[in-house]
Amino acid sequence: MSIFVPNGKAQQEQMLDVIGVGKFEDLLTPIPESVHLKGELDLPSPASELELLKEFKGFAAQNSSSNLVCFRGAGAYDHYIPSAIDNILTRSEFLTAYTPYQAEVSQGTLQSIFEYQTMIARLTGCDAANACMYDGSSAVAEAALMAIRATRKKRILVSGALNPRTIDVIHTYMGNGDFEINEVPFGTDGLIDLEAADQLAEGGVAALVLQYPNYFGSIENVQAAADLIHRHKGLLVVAADPVALGVIEAPGRLGADVVVGEGQPMGVAMSYGGPYVGFMATNARLLRKMPGRIVGRTEDRAGNTGYVLTLQTREQHIKRAKATSNICSNQALMALANVIYLTLTGETGFTEVAKQCWHKSHYLHDRLLETNGVTDVFDVPFCREFVVNLPVSAEDTASAMKEKGYLAGLPMPCLGDGAMMLTATEKRTREEIDGFVEALDQYIRGAV
Amino acid sequence: MSNIPENVRYTETHEWVRKDEGKYTIGLTDYAQHEMGEIVMAELPEVGTEATKGDSMGGLEAVKTAEDFYAPLDGEVAAVNEELESNPALINEDPFAGGWLYAIKASDDSQFDGLLTAEEYKTHIGE
Amino acid sequence: MEKTIFQYSSPGRIGVALPVLDVPETAIPEQFRRKEFIGLPEVTEGQAMRHFVRLSTMNFSIEQGFYPLGSCTMKYNPRLHEFLARIDGLAAVHPLSDDSTVQGTLEIMYKLGELLCEITGFKATTLQPAAGAQGEFAGLMLIKKWQDERGQGHRNEVLMPDSAHGTNPATSTLAGLKVISVKSDKHGRVDVEDLRSKAGENTCAFMLTNPNTLGIFESSIEEITKIIHDAGGLNYMDGANMNALLGIVRPGDMGFDVCHLNLHKTFSTPHGGGGPGSGAVCCTELLRQFLPASTVEKTEEGYKLRDRMGKSIGRLLAFHGNVGVLYRAYAYIRTLGPKGLREVSEVALINANYMKARLKPYYEVPNDDGPCMHEFVASGAEMAKKGVKTLDIAKRLLDYGFHAPTIYFPQIVKEALMIEPTETESLESIDAFIDAMIAIAEEVDEKPHLVTDAPVNTPVLRLDEVKAVKDLCLVEPVEHEE
Repeated sequence: MSIFVPNGKAQQEQMLDVIGVGKFEDLLTPIPESVHLKGELDLPSPASELELLKEFKGFAAQNSSSNLVCFRGAGAYDHYIPSAIDNILTRSEFLTAYTPYQAEVSQGTLQSIFEYQTMIARLTGCDAANACMYDGSSAVAEAALMAIRATRKKRILVSGALNPRTIDVIHTYMGNGDFEINEVPFGTDGLIDLEAADQLAEGGVAALVLQYPNYFGSIENVQAAADLIHRHKGLLVVAADPVALGVIEAPGRLGADVVVGEGQPMGVAMSYGGPYVGFMATNARLLRKMPGRIVGRTEDRAGNTGYVLTLQTREQHIKRAKATSNICSNQALMALANVIYLTLTGETGFTEVAKQCWHKSHYLHDRLLETNGVTDVFDVPFCREFVVNLPVSAEDTASAMKEKGYLAGLPMPCLGDGAMMLTATEKRTREEIDGFVEALDQYIRGAV
Repeated sequence: MSNIPENVRYTETHEWVRKDEGKYTIGLTDYAQHEMGEIVMAELPEVGTEATKGDSMGGLEAVKTAEDFYAPLDGEVAAVNEELESNPALINEDPFAGGWLYAIKASDDSQFDGLLTAEEYKTHIGE
Repeated sequence: MEKTIFQYSSPGRIGVALPVLDVPETAIPEQFRRKEFIGLPEVTEGQAMRHFVRLSTMNFSIEQGFYPLGSCTMKYNPRLHEFLARIDGLAAVHPLSDDSTVQGTLEIMYKLGELLCEITGFKATTLQPAAGAQGEFAGLMLIKKWQDERGQGHRNEVLMPDSAHGTNPATSTLAGLKVISVKSDKHGRVDVEDLRSKAGENTCAFMLTNPNTLGIFESSIEEITKIIHDAGGLNYMDGANMNALLGIVRPGDMGFDVCHLNLHKTFSTPHGGGGPGSGAVCCTELLRQFLPASTVEKTEEGYKLRDRMGKSIGRLLAFHGNVGVLYRAYAYIRTLGPKGLREVSEVALINANYMKARLKPYYEVPNDDGPCMHEFVASGAEMAKKGVKTLDIAKRLLDYGFHAPTIYFPQIVKEALMIEPTETESLESIDAFIDAMIAIAEEVDEKPHLVTDAPVNTPVLRLDEVKAVKDLCLVEPVEHEE
């Protein structure tokens, strides 16, 4: 009898008796003999708790990446995670609850989602937000599909300065052959070419999708992009970095119709890429076109305030083939991490984190430019992330830095052999930044 | 028991159709509105839309259900009930009058005679 | 009732001590700067903890009581796994790390893929899908891609029974395929003749949950999958109900070509109030070449992440899947081993059949046809005639301290109550639930208002869902602060 199964032989026999069969095998009569598994599964024999713990510590020891001082971003960021977050996340009542379909016994989850929706709407400058999506990239793809539903057009424009992984996900989600995706090139300044976008939009498009700050860290002119795409009766979808929104203007206030993004920077572990959480916010006019769960406030029979899942007719369990999306399970626990993170940091703390990211990435940038042979790739204001050109191979540099204890920036072969994209979060100290720049300088001197 | 007036015809998809001057007015039956519960949104066709018998012409949403409604006749949408936009619950309150959905100018009047009679609809819903 | 976090806010409070800025400042250009406050609350850590702990006490959870939600497999979530997934070396790893620095994680992913293949009888796996619905999408796109590659791109129909999960038709739409609904017979199984008449030259795929959403095994499964293969389609198994089959039958041995697994159901990873899950997809050798990006391979130099494959259907997420969930599922399979996994399904079946046998005198089981698998569907149709709906019964169960079963699904059963006990419930807790169900059946006859007024022992009374839709309030209104 395994540790998770309380009904042993004695109970099983008693239950089989009530069922009216003599033995367990009698319950398998609906399964044709021909498909029964012969013998047992070829799996390793059971491990004890102690053995598993040792095995996992062994795996962890093989992950030297976790010990590197991180200057890499490109969609996942090394921020400090306040310890109170995991205390709440591991509470049984949140961790082991199902989707809040029975609202009367799910008020904890529902109210926390309502608070999450509020914070995301405020952060993005939008009217409303949903209860979350799988991750930032799938949220962008879902936003593009939402724009297609809202405008009844089948073509979208995608910024070439969007995270290439996100572009991939958009192609996958729209890969059924019904849609057309055009890429808008970026200029030598790393910003999307609005004139090209204007021409591409001729004939009508559902949406223009851009990233803010964009993949390279350059700060797009959201207002101009919004005006442009609205002239063509399309929608502006903005994929925004949430921490950047602590210092730069909210896209919703600059004309964006749908704002999406990756919530990982707000209290979620990097965990080799997941579980993360995508956020999605929009204005009042479009909210019925949103995919995913949405929580609303209401009253109970005695007039007390309470929360329920609402606008459910958009969803797959009711509308089936005509639903706004097929999403069912989402990333609720990660959204809860977001709401606790935004609560603990709060107005002052969150803004402070955002400012420190701004200042530290600029400090890193400026120090790097003092280094022999390092130049800017784009000469425009950046936020969060930036790309420099090293006088040596970026790949080789990253390998060498790994040996010295650093996860260097991401090599960007599309921008040249020496191109590297870097970031510094609030977690990086001046000492770490200086140490990294010195190590890099030493390596360059040795290599050229 | 549902209200099934004799002066209109019915479809298997729970629309009623009334022959008016120069057009046919269409609504949701009392039986269907009761099954759906309180209707919170009505998505109606635009005037001028071409209708082909059996095509989905729009949708109704209650809290936990969403149903399309279908054209009972070929023709063109001649009018829609704009009051439903602000008060879709009219469909529940007054399904055969104030809660009408839209009207069709039919291209083939004989199709009307092929619709279910009150008696046939009654059998259809098992009452 | 608990106030919202915004109502605890007072300017100047903060809930985490941040480092002091130790680098020179760089001015943020005026034209980019955020002009207004965000509107985040300002509270201390103590206030935040109290708020979220109070909220938590208003939740029902598996660690608190029996959660017999049909098709959701609410089994116990081992605590060790929470610890393992949080080990720094596993949690604090950037997704774009060099392979040589993440060998531990890659080894777990590789081995989990192998284990899942053995359990399902398939040859290849992707761990990228974040949830079951994304797994379905990946699976259908695999099939579609295969059809395209062999010059059968015109096949645009996906067949599925009328009892299918809502995600199946929604996924088909996303994949650009037309849904053809296949009738169920009187026992709730696929009507084989109807299937035969609908399978044809436009059939791209057939989607089936087995055991189906009524908890009934599709006994004609070999004939069914053959009909589809003969028509030139492939068979997709929705693995939502895999908890019935571990070590007993494998999808790959029943004629399926691809299936997804809900690691958050069958493999015990916690539901987290709605997610994260993982919808790992397993498939035959035929479909391997089309798997989404991010698969792990074993080479002589160690484990390698293949981030893009030639004919891949693409990428479902930015990175490599819900890796933290994968750690937990791996630990679960390792803890149980082959005998333990089979025992899971055996006991899940015994528990469900026992409940069905004991409840049948009180609740109609419309599609009853011999043993059920890990769940069964009862109907409250008889009670509805007395003015008590299934919704009322569900709410009354909350008063008795149990979570309600899944209700009103599958839609082919009137007033459906779909009950799945799972293997981690003891006979005692199952009996207590049955006693409550019987008590409610008696209340329906004797004191129906107790049922229709329910719940009364919960943090709030029955909530007005119509009002929630009519007077939409999705965010806390902004107060005008100075």
